[in-house]
Amino acid sequence: MFGFSVTQTWTLAFVLITFGAYLYIGYMNRVKDTRGFYVAGQGVPPIYNGMATAADWMSAASFISMAGLISFMGFDGAVYLMGWTGGYVLLALLLAPYLRKFGKYTVPDFVGDRYYSSTARVVAAICAIFISLTYVAGQMRGVGVVFSRFVGVSINTGVIIGMAVVAFFAVLGGMKGITWTQVAQYVVLILAYLIPAWAISAKLTGNPVPQLSFTLSDITEKLNQIQLDLGFTEYTKPFQGRTMLDVFCITFALMVGTAGLPHIIVRFYTVPSVRAARYSAGWALLFIALLYTTAPALAAFARYNLVHTLHGANLEEVRTKEWVKSWEATGLLKFEDKNGDGVLQIAKDKDKNEVTIDRDIIVLSTPEVAGLAPWVIALVAAGGLAAALSTAAGLLLVISSSLAHDIYGKLINPTASEEKRLLIGRVMIFFAVVVAGYFGIKPPGFVAEVVAFAFGLAAASFFPIILLGIFDKRTNKAGAITGMILGIGFTGYYIIGNRFFGMPTWCFGISAQGIGTVGCLLNLVSTFVVSRLTAPPPQEIQDMVESVRVPRGAREAAAH
Amino acid sequence: MSNQPRMTEYWRRNKRLIAILLFIWALVSYGFGIVFANAISGVHIGQLNAGFWWAQQGSMFVFVALIFIYAWRMDKLDREFDVHEEDK
Repeated sequence: MFGFSVTQTWTLAFVLITFGAYLYIGYMNRVKDTRGFYVAGQGVPPIYNGMATAADWMSAASFISMAGLISFMGFDGAVYLMGWTGGYVLLALLLAPYLRKFGKYTVPDFVGDRYYSSTARVVAAICAIFISLTYVAGQMRGVGVVFSRFVGVSINTGVIIGMAVVAFFAVLGGMKGITWTQVAQYVVLILAYLIPAWAISAKLTGNPVPQLSFTLSDITEKLNQIQLDLGFTEYTKPFQGRTMLDVFCITFALMVGTAGLPHIIVRFYTVPSVRAARYSAGWALLFIALLYTTAPALAAFARYNLVHTLHGANLEEVRTKEWVKSWEATGLLKFEDKNGDGVLQIAKDKDKNEVTIDRDIIVLSTPEVAGLAPWVIALVAAGGLAAALSTAAGLLLVISSSLAHDIYGKLINPTASEEKRLLIGRVMIFFAVVVAGYFGIKPPGFVAEVVAFAFGLAAASFFPIILLGIFDKRTNKAGAITGMILGIGFTGYYIIGNRFFGMPTWCFGISAQGIGTVGCLLNLVSTFVVSRLTAPPPQEIQDMVESVRVPRGAREAAAH
Repeated sequence: MSNQPRMTEYWRRNKRLIAILLFIWALVSYGFGIVFANAISGVHIGQLNAGFWWAQQGSMFVFVALIFIYAWRMDKLDREFDVHEEDK
């Protein structure tokens, strides 16, 4: 296909406009000091930090793949819905306000200072880099995939365009530039998600609010019936793919992992006060929930619609539909008339099933299925790019700050001048963009496995020791280091053993995704016990813990 | 800065509020959405069975509410103990 279709022209226009806006915002928010570069000068108002956090959090996978994933998992898809939202309650109540009062630049800053140990700081910095790097590779790939699907350039070209844009505003503006582009990216991605969802909800049920029509209409009921007729189990029946214990553990590991992810935690360093950190977490979750409560509705509607349209349909007739034609061309929708009767069949039995649906279609095809104009399809493309770029930028900043601030600034050259620190920060973020781009172009085959590892690691390392660091004054260096080693060691051993060496899930059948729960508890208990058996932390550390518990003075803490 | 016993009391009240809110947090997600999901599936919320609704909708609404309730209650507590932040 040469020349551009109407949709491609719209997509190109939207991409140019939104990317132009991101570059402009990045340029307007360029910074001249490290406080601006790492924590946006601690001047981001709570509601905007909420938007930035939401964009930071919701990745290409949340935007493009999650609804599809749920529509194939049914009830059990709730692990992602609850798991990726419930962590914000933990953040808001247990971590964010106190870390804001602490008032430094990074998560390893807190770990290193609270546990008066360079070893703890380095371990924390390495964990932060590892977690962020595994994440960012997927984001860059996501940018490339969206480009290739909607604009028609190669994936690699897409990755390079994405790298150039992120590098521009991240190097110039650091956290400040990233924050304000994330605010813009949130607006783009949420409109791109909600407009098609409202349209399909109105089309199927007559009610445009997906949260209401999902609950009040009989679509899910009908879907349950269709599922039974086709030999599947009911869509809303719990624990079909996993045991209850596994669902419980995965949900908990994702929640605690979310609360322990460095790129999310640092967003709460950027607000002006402790009070702002609390409200900001509320806004963040509200903005996230707008998408996350829409996704399960979209999942059920799209599944109903696809099965209802395709099952028992005449193959020739189906192929006259515009959206079927375009998605069959991409290979994401496949028909194979196995019994040669010219009629499509969806069945549980692999030998009889004649329709293969890629899960990404659920979100990407909604505008076409709902019969919306080509510009809406283009908007979805811009939304997918916004989701991927905003998450990538936040992760890149964590990689840069871990290298430039925690390792270079604190350990290698603690006497470096402000100018030198800022320069190193910029160089490191550029370096991180290049590494991320490399992984985007040559993705390591184990990315999916490693994401489970990132959450497990965050759950088993950062969350317990930050929590105890604030709520238990008696927790000391020996306890924290023992806890981190046991937590990370056990979780790493289980995930690597299970995913790469075929080790059975011997721990009560808990899957690799959910084992972070056990790692987290192991860390908590061992940190607590070892701390009690060894000498209490020095008086000045105990005073510091006292001070982070009280909101007053956060603005002064920021001033030095 | 206020004296030590008052700070201990402030921290105790904060922890009690956190405990209450986290109990609700666990009840709606791990309780209604997972452990009791089968048991309450006969009950309907709208047209959906209750376990499914809590797991895929209700728990998330409650999460958002819990954070704002915490922020609001802590505003009051901070002022009561005179540890709130100065206005800019």
